[in-house]
Amino acid sequence: MLCQACKEHTATIHLTEIRNGQRAETHLCQECAHQQGLAVKAQIPLNELLSTLLSVQPEAGQDQEKLAAQMEARTCPDCGMTLKRFAKESQLGCPHDYTVFKDQLLPLIERSHNGKSRHCGKVPTHLPKAEKQDIVLRRLKQQLDEAVGQEDYERAARLRDEIKQQQEPTS
Amino acid sequence: MKPADLCKASSAWFGQGRGLFSDVVISSRIRLARNAAGFAFVPCLGADEKQTVLDTFKTALLGIELEGEIFFIDVAQVSPVERELLVERHLITRRQANGQGPRGVIVAYGEAFAAMINEEDHLRMQVLAPGLDLHSCWERINRIDDKIEAQVRYAFDRRYGYMTACPTNLGTGIRVSVMLHLPALKMTGQIEKVLAAARDCDLAVRGLFGEGTEAIGDLFQLSNQVTLGVSEARVVDDFVTRIVPKIAAYELEARKALLAERPQTLDDKIQRALGVLRNACLVSSQEALFLLSNVRLGVNLGRIEKLDLATVNELFMLTQPAHLQLRAGRMLDAEQRDSLRAQILRSRLCVN
Ligand SMILES: [Zn+2]
Ligand SMILES: [Zn+2]
Repeated sequence: MLCQACKEHTATIHLTEIRNGQRAETHLCQECAHQQGLAVKAQIPLNELLSTLLSVQPEAGQDQEKLAAQMEARTCPDCGMTLKRFAKESQLGCPHDYTVFKDQLLPLIERSHNGKSRHCGKVPTHLPKAEKQDIVLRRLKQQLDEAVGQEDYERAARLRDEIKQQQEPTS
Repeated sequence: MKPADLCKASSAWFGQGRGLFSDVVISSRIRLARNAAGFAFVPCLGADEKQTVLDTFKTALLGIELEGEIFFIDVAQVSPVERELLVERHLITRRQANGQGPRGVIVAYGEAFAAMINEEDHLRMQVLAPGLDLHSCWERINRIDDKIEAQVRYAFDRRYGYMTACPTNLGTGIRVSVMLHLPALKMTGQIEKVLAAARDCDLAVRGLFGEGTEAIGDLFQLSNQVTLGVSEARVVDDFVTRIVPKIAAYELEARKALLAERPQTLDDKIQRALGVLRNACLVSSQEALFLLSNVRLGVNLGRIEKLDLATVNELFMLTQPAHLQLRAGRMLDAEQRDSLRAQILRSRLCVN
């Protein structure tokens, strides 16, 4: 089988992914998979990851330097945390830091969690109903994808019903 | 409770040596990371606020009906060797031991439950069980978490879930781990292959009792890395239905092959280890780990009679440095420790 991307090399990496209950197959050669960031799954230490992500790409000279200076100077108003300190200690100062440093942290979060950045686990009971529903729906959809992937159609049907139920506006 | 009182017996949950896959899986553990809303994370907390966080979670935890005797240990106040003992028993981490300011740990369920306050996060709880028993670990810790949540408002974000000081714990804050004994895979040179496969599944692998990353005594700890975008049940299920049974099957297969093809090599290794432990006058902690690991394999394969798994498991714990010093009631230098260790090993492993 030929690689779908380059149509030159033999496909050695075959991905079957399930998105929104639909099966999708991808066949790639090593090289193309690598290019799409699929083949490399090595564990990178957090510190290393951080300094890579925090380092400014050498693109447009002066502007970049100014940006770098700004970035370095940015401080969380609540706790005083800076990116520089975070890069050194790998720990944040307060929950608000996730908002203050979102641009830098989000790629880091996705890299550490297999591309995911949205919670779909346990929810505290004190959470408002609408927020709770979002998270529960996310989890159910993930379970549905799994069920379809395992060709467990009985479970998939059950999950579809559950999703429908969750989406119905409750009076 | 004075931590020193613990040094003569292993944790109630640990010694039993029972549980599913207990010939390969020494223990199961689930940890949850939580922070109280309205406070900075631990690195940015002043001493007063740390005290408030400590009091808040201490009160909440003591208000729950935890089973067994419940102990609170003020980690900031106890002696360094007592802190070390708590680390050796896996009740606190080295970070907690070496930390600054008000901090403590609550222990219950015969040491199967421990909740560190003011470690990397405000609250780090863990539940342990012998063998592969992650479902009951999750059930227990989830229930305790619910009861704390009824009293303390956790920092929670609709996108990121439970907020943690380090982004690597974000979301569920769950860390599931199993401690595995894989001597046959090591002997047959297959261990690297298996561990590499585990790493490919986003699992962290480390040697548990060793100082560095090198696992001494063929003990390996596997834990999940991804905590965000997966449900707790899913992480637990992966270990129980996929990861652990597969690795355990490889290990048991390798043991069977060794037994069939090289029984003398195997027996030599086992009996030599037992011989040294029963006769030596000085045994270092690394040597003890290494030799006990071989003895454990011998017991599991039925090559050693009149010795049970519980005794071997217990000796892993009791022969660590802080345990020895607290048992002796004084500080011991390296040679004195090695001597006392050898004495304990001789008396517990001798044939009666
Ligand atoms: Zn290609
Ligand atoms: Zn902050």
